[in-house]
Amino acid sequence: MDILYLLIPFSVVLVLLIVAVFGWAVNSGQLEDLAREGERILLDEDQGT
Amino acid sequence: MANEKALATGAAYEDGPVRAFALAAVLWGVVGMLVGVVIAAQLAWPDLNLGIPWLSYGRLRPLHTNAVIFAFGGCALFATSYHVVQRTGQTRLFAPGLAWFHFWCWQLVVVAAAITLPLGITRGKEYAELEWPIAVLITIAWVAYAIVFFGTVGRRKIRHIYVANWFFGAFIIAVALLHLVNGAVLPVSFWKSYSAYAGVQDAMVQWWYGHNAVGFFLTAGFLGMMYYYIPKQAERPVYSYRLSIVHFWALIFTYMWAGPHHLHYTALPDWAQSVGMIFSLVLLAPSWGGMINGVMTLSGAWHKLRDDPILKFLIVALSFYGMSTFEGPMMSIKTVNALSHYTDWTVGHVHSGALGWVGLISMGSLYHLIPRMYGRTEMYSKRAIELHFWIATLGIVLYIAAMWIAGVMQGLMWRAVNPDGTLVYTFVESVKATWPFYVIRLGGGLLYLAGMGVMSWNVIKTVQAGHVQPARIPTAALAHA
Repeated sequence: MDILYLLIPFSVVLVLLIVAVFGWAVNSGQLEDLAREGERILLDEDQGT
Repeated sequence: MANEKALATGAAYEDGPVRAFALAAVLWGVVGMLVGVVIAAQLAWPDLNLGIPWLSYGRLRPLHTNAVIFAFGGCALFATSYHVVQRTGQTRLFAPGLAWFHFWCWQLVVVAAAITLPLGITRGKEYAELEWPIAVLITIAWVAYAIVFFGTVGRRKIRHIYVANWFFGAFIIAVALLHLVNGAVLPVSFWKSYSAYAGVQDAMVQWWYGHNAVGFFLTAGFLGMMYYYIPKQAERPVYSYRLSIVHFWALIFTYMWAGPHHLHYTALPDWAQSVGMIFSLVLLAPSWGGMINGVMTLSGAWHKLRDDPILKFLIVALSFYGMSTFEGPMMSIKTVNALSHYTDWTVGHVHSGALGWVGLISMGSLYHLIPRMYGRTEMYSKRAIELHFWIATLGIVLYIAAMWIAGVMQGLMWRAVNPDGTLVYTFVESVKATWPFYVIRLGGGLLYLAGMGVMSWNVIKTVQAGHVQPARIPTAALAHA
């Protein structure tokens, strides 16, 4: 199962990347005021869509 | 007029590529499903291979899978993601020229597939059949797509990145990874290459790719679609925005590990099979989180389902999504898989997800999107949408039921042994017993294709009755996070 020498390090890097992106999301306020953000797409805009 | 002023100041969305991809999606949907109907007929009546190599089942099947996944599914995803990323960020598309390049490049990929696959030019890897020159073209198109999408996210006026864009973003990055890793080859001529991997290692990479293609291309991407178009069509916010974020992270993390469930009882090591099985079972939770979230968005507004056929498409799509994401984990259990593997149950499962989830959510989203791309709020004919919905749903039910019965029957026939240990049935006997279900499945597929035909008519009438007009980006007063 030599392919594991590729797949496992690759997966670890991927997981670290995912954690990094999640960390950025938390730190940049992406996860604040969620209810309002959910409704924002429904706010009337100047034109239909 | 406000619109002309908006144009003059450049404050209008760039919807050209959205429009183009949306129409292309409808066209390729018809083409891909037509090929599907042809191959279904060939399985029931092999004479329909007509002795012509370019029309043989073996060559047309990958044309069908590539057309429905990458041509139909791909264009639907590109249209909707380009539409959603602009609207939720209240900003124009980044590098519209690149978005047009992406469009034409992708059409070239589809045409190249339509030519090379019937010619028998194939890598033999499921959903990755296209030979290396086309794979390179796909890479180029994908880089263009990523630049446009993430560039648009980068220049958004709303600080918060709406959840749909997270799903689209994950889909774009994951597909890039998958394509590059599974596409690693040694070319030996212009139309021939050999995989960088071999044997069971190649199988592992292939099904890591294959299942993640399902998880990211066919699931994450379309969940992004769902998270925008259901709230917009229902005029209600997502049931639990918090849940949408939680299940997003859970989903993208878990999907990566489910691949081995395609390789149960093969030469793949036992522990790898078990990992695949466990993560596939775990996957049920975040998947259903998404389904429940989408369906419950209609909480307090269920009556809308009665009169709105677009909502019917969107909600029923989620029901099939829930079904498939329950069925999948069940089929990932080794004991169950011992019966289902290589049977038509797998085909039934695929099409419940493909026709039920991917197809219906795309159709519902396109029915919401297309009129708005032509200055209208509704399609030309609401009754035609209703008709499409019922024909499609009936088609799906016939298809899946036929394949379930055929699949379980095949599994049972193949494992039946006499007291002396010999097999009760020959393989060909199971083929013969499957025949009526091949015919029923063909009927289901014909209905589904007919529904797509109704959609095409409706889209053409809508385009003819409408006119392209610029969509103004809301003014700064609304734009503060």
